[in-house]
Amino acid sequence: MKKEAAKNLRAFAIELAVYAVLVTCYFFLVLHLLGEWLYHLEARHRYTYAVVAILLIAVQAVALDAVTTLLFRFLRRRRR
Amino acid sequence: MFFPISNAHINPIYLVVVGFIIGILGGFFGVGGSFIAGPALRLMGVDWNYAVGTDLAHIVGKSIVAAKQHRALGNVDLKLGSIMAFGTIGGAECGAQLIQALKRAGNVNMVVSYVAIVVYLGISVFMLWESRKTLQSDKRRSQAGLVKGAESKKDRSAFGPVTRSIQRVKIWPMIALPTSGIREISLWIVLLVAFVGGIFSGFLGGGAGYIRMPSMVYVLGVPTHLAVGTDLFEIVISASYGTISHAIKGNVDILIALVMHTGAVIGAQIGVVATQYFAGPKIRLAFVPLPLIGAAIVIYTLMTGHKL
Repeated sequence: MKKEAAKNLRAFAIELAVYAVLVTCYFFLVLHLLGEWLYHLEARHRYTYAVVAILLIAVQAVALDAVTTLLFRFLRRRRR
Repeated sequence: MFFPISNAHINPIYLVVVGFIIGILGGFFGVGGSFIAGPALRLMGVDWNYAVGTDLAHIVGKSIVAAKQHRALGNVDLKLGSIMAFGTIGGAECGAQLIQALKRAGNVNMVVSYVAIVVYLGISVFMLWESRKTLQSDKRRSQAGLVKGAESKKDRSAFGPVTRSIQRVKIWPMIALPTSGIREISLWIVLLVAFVGGIFSGFLGGGAGYIRMPSMVYVLGVPTHLAVGTDLFEIVISASYGTISHAIKGNVDILIALVMHTGAVIGAQIGVVATQYFAGPKIRLAFVPLPLIGAAIVIYTLMTGHKL
């Protein structure tokens, strides 16, 4: 039981590490490439900004969910 | 890191950690976590109107992930969630208009802070009373040998008699919610519960799961696990509307929301898996400290100015 818990914890730690690298790259892309554009969009075109905002968060949710699911599956397969 | 839209300097790691904690809470309790996220953003000096709008945007993303996971576990009543979304959207718009009126009057931070404290404390006290009473009653029943097998896993509530009286109110049209085990209930009661939740959502931010999840259990009589999943599904629809509404009014910093959400994705997955290991009253009892944390942060912010 303890061995199983340790294995799960290790898998989770690996997932977190991989995820952290992905997220750091993502920060760079989103904040540096989109930051300025979103700032101007918010100031000048509020309606477009509202649509872009909701699309960005929804797309990010689906994409990151897919990434974490894939990571979980990959790590579980490796454990077997 | 500087976030130009809300004109705030916030450490992104702080945002990711806050997102992660909220993700766990959201997955486990079916709440958006605004009672933590709103005060946590305010703590960093973000104005309440931005804290409210940005939190809503982050909640959309987090709830998509958690609702998808709950759907896979069979914890979502799609019919109930879809009906409630209409009431919530109407209420959220009223709440957002209230925020706008306070913004114009120049006292948005003070009023929202006081309302938040009262609401958070009220929910905690009520849920503590109810879940403790239910757990004590379950203990007595099991000691007397009245509870056996599957019966012991039934989601009881000390508020049950009041719930049954509400379900007996006959105001046409009556609807059936078989997934939630409700034979008959007035459509207007469902919409009213959603509308009240919506007002809190638009006014205090977030999906107002801290109001809606307990309301679904105590007023409508939905089992706790289903209330958690259905609430999240409903939050996706209503928080999306709230985000668009607040973004048009200039209250959303989507960059902050995107950063917070990266932590929430992992947290939500952990929270959803954890619900399988706890009974309804225990989930409700564990919920009690959460609004208290939110209230404590707001009180601290009020007393000290803002930043920690």
